[in-house]
Amino acid sequence: MAHGPAKGLSRWLFTTNHKDIGSMYLWFSFMMFFLGGIFALVIRAELFQPGLQIVEPDFFNQMTTMHGLVMVFGAVMPAFTGLANWMIPMMIGAPDMALPRMNNWSFWILPFAFALLASTLFMEGGAPNFGWTFYAPLSTTYANDTVTFFIFGVHIMGASSIMGAINIVATILNMRAPGMTLMKMPLFVWTWLITAYLLIAVMPVLAGVVTMMLMDIHFGTSFFDAAGGGDPVLFQHVFWFFGHPEVYIMILPAFGIVSAIIPTFARKPLFGYSSMVYATASIAFLSFIVWAHHMFTVGLPLFGELVFMYATMLIAVPTGVKVFNWVTTMWKGSMTFETPMLFSIAFVILFTIGGFSGLMLSIAPVDFQYHDTYFVVAHFHYVLVPGAIFSITAAVYYWLPKWSGNMYNETLGKAHFWLAFVGLNVTFFPMHFSGLAGMPRRIPDYNPLWADWNMISSIGAFLFGAAQVLFLYIVIRTIVSGKKATQEVWEGSHGLEWSVPSPAPYHTFSTPPEVK
Amino acid sequence: MLSTSKRSLALLFATILALLPALSFGGDLQFNMTEGVTEVSREVYGLHMLIFYVCCAIGVVVFGAMFISMYLHRKSRGAKASNFHESVTLELVWTIIPALILIAMAYPATLTLKKIYNSDNAEVDILVTAYQWKWRYEYLGDEVSFFSNLSTLRSQIRNEEEKGENYLLEVDEPLIVPVNKKVRFLVTAADVIHSWWIPELAVKRDAIPGYTNAAWTFIEDEGVYRGQCAELCGKDHGFMPIEVHAVSEEKYAAWLADKKAKVAEIKAASEKTFTFEELYAQGEKAYATSCAACHGTQGEGLVGPAIKGSAIATGPVANHLDIVINGSANNPMMAAYGPQLDPVTLASIITFQRNAFGNNMGDSVQPVDIVTFKQGQ
Repeated sequence: MAHGPAKGLSRWLFTTNHKDIGSMYLWFSFMMFFLGGIFALVIRAELFQPGLQIVEPDFFNQMTTMHGLVMVFGAVMPAFTGLANWMIPMMIGAPDMALPRMNNWSFWILPFAFALLASTLFMEGGAPNFGWTFYAPLSTTYANDTVTFFIFGVHIMGASSIMGAINIVATILNMRAPGMTLMKMPLFVWTWLITAYLLIAVMPVLAGVVTMMLMDIHFGTSFFDAAGGGDPVLFQHVFWFFGHPEVYIMILPAFGIVSAIIPTFARKPLFGYSSMVYATASIAFLSFIVWAHHMFTVGLPLFGELVFMYATMLIAVPTGVKVFNWVTTMWKGSMTFETPMLFSIAFVILFTIGGFSGLMLSIAPVDFQYHDTYFVVAHFHYVLVPGAIFSITAAVYYWLPKWSGNMYNETLGKAHFWLAFVGLNVTFFPMHFSGLAGMPRRIPDYNPLWADWNMISSIGAFLFGAAQVLFLYIVIRTIVSGKKATQEVWEGSHGLEWSVPSPAPYHTFSTPPEVK
Repeated sequence: MLSTSKRSLALLFATILALLPALSFGGDLQFNMTEGVTEVSREVYGLHMLIFYVCCAIGVVVFGAMFISMYLHRKSRGAKASNFHESVTLELVWTIIPALILIAMAYPATLTLKKIYNSDNAEVDILVTAYQWKWRYEYLGDEVSFFSNLSTLRSQIRNEEEKGENYLLEVDEPLIVPVNKKVRFLVTAADVIHSWWIPELAVKRDAIPGYTNAAWTFIEDEGVYRGQCAELCGKDHGFMPIEVHAVSEEKYAAWLADKKAKVAEIKAASEKTFTFEELYAQGEKAYATSCAACHGTQGEGLVGPAIKGSAIATGPVANHLDIVINGSANNPMMAAYGPQLDPVTLASIITFQRNAFGNNMGDSVQPVDIVTFKQGQ
């Protein structure tokens, strides 16, 4: 007899069920998304007009730092891990994740990591104020004492990610249903497999760089201190060796989500499945050899600069292949535009715009003018917000009926989409202009020359924030009182996860399905 | 009749469209990068526009295909889904064409980069040293050096006074360079990483402790060119602007001679004895530029400790000299001002700190005390 979940709090504390853990990851990520969003709104409120109005420069720096850290490590990464937990076993016909106890642990250490990080806001000296990239020596010799909490927080987040990644690799490689060959796996599974390898490769590098910081701060070493024979540029090399693959960690699973959603609503199979797999793998490989494009202005020798410029430009090729494949998937389909499809189409368009500015940034001599300006802020928000956030949102609308058994309200979903879409563009598009007009990033006050762009961005940001409150309402309303969903949910749905009832029973595929 | 959702959507768009122009009150909005005033900056601008147009062209093709598809191939128009899902030819086409475009882009970019990297044969060499939160310029071989601080008034930043045109982009002492000469900047930092950036010269070089990065420019037109620090360097990162005045060769030579004379004057002044009032008045000004950012305009303390009633400012003079000249051993935020400021300024600041804010120690420090203290170390 199948047994259900335990009762009360112990269900959540001790659960080893991939669906419970997936839900916890997703709710945690949702909370962090709002926390990081509040930080962003403090930034945008201060930048609404020139002059210092709301916060002091040091607190402003704490906000930019915490916004970045919370969004990257708290909102985006746990959301993808949550989706992986929910969907990968159901997509490959496995009963659960391969390492369920470790799965519990990799989630439950996360709240502690973020409690450590967020507690610094209330300490003397305040939260980390050196940017999410925490360049030494600003983050070592010149940082206040709370940096140690930041370091341990990052260590714990890294441990959580590594365990999550190992679990995903073990699950995909060992627990596929009979007949589910690698080249039959849904693209979401493929992209996560590759992402998991990226995580396993680079999270230890992040742990290494923060440990070196810890040593410099407390044990008298001089890894990054020029006065002691160390090298501040070494910090940047190590950080970006982690940091560049990290940005692909935040986008590859998004590619997988969109590659699931577009075929469903175009009612047509994904175009170029195998080229999608190869393109994802190429992007992952290239991500390891382009890190110094974040450092074009540090004074690399000409040869190094050229090599990193060429390698970076090359990324446009596999990324282009993916975009062309999505467009061709839509071509001659029979499309409908439910909320997940709207978010996915916006993903393709806006992510491509982010890709264009990325290509512009790759041209090293021009990067001298873009580097560390709002143009860069516009670029990475165009790849991360429509990239990661829109794809996660699309995934929630797409799979929520399967998770909860209830259908969301389509009108509200579309209202959310349009508010978010308009809010996003009003916020981030003007940043291209303020950046090109010469506004550096991470400044709390600025010349009135950039005042109009900033005012528009700030209005957009509050609109975008409001859209996400609506999102929260829609999700809760769906779970509490949505209409019952069918097993297939969508007319064009395709894959093992749609072959189980809605809501998905607590245990699925206890006997593996046969995949032909 | 449109559905409710479509009507509210139309309303939303209309509101946004109506709002946007209303926002741009009275300002001429700058959309694009500056073309700048040097050959290099114009080349960089050209590359920027080239890659932008390439992106636009690709965008028209890709988004065009998407929108046509979204219009034609929708279920509500009765479109039937095809089943094609593979084409090696297509995959090859959209791999090879972008690769060719990239090669075409890489070639001019490489040429410009080579030019930017060739800082040989400069006629003027300037060492640019970044500090939290100011710049120091040293004309190598000419024994002229000075600090360049933000000159925007605190009252403007605090919104108590109207902001000027060059708000946060103006300094007390600008960098003076000659036109029509190759000027090399050797960029380094004394504390954390900063970045020296002048958009109109297309020069941006990180200032990194332990490194000296070279950059250069060749300005054709006289004028004032402004920039800012472009690497997060702590609390006042947004408040360390750069102002470059490009002047004719004659004016440059005259300025340099004048500067050298002033250096000699300061040297002479170091041996002079000042009255308490002279020191106090000078100290008040210097305190505002060099100390107030951390210790507060009223000595009340901000990120740095209070000066008002502090053990150092009201204790033995030797300790006061030590911390100002050598900096704090415990807190790197308190830099060593001995190498940064001249003896007259140092003596004035210390005298001011010991007597202002109700400290009223009644003593004063002379420039010669500073020189003696430094020599005694």
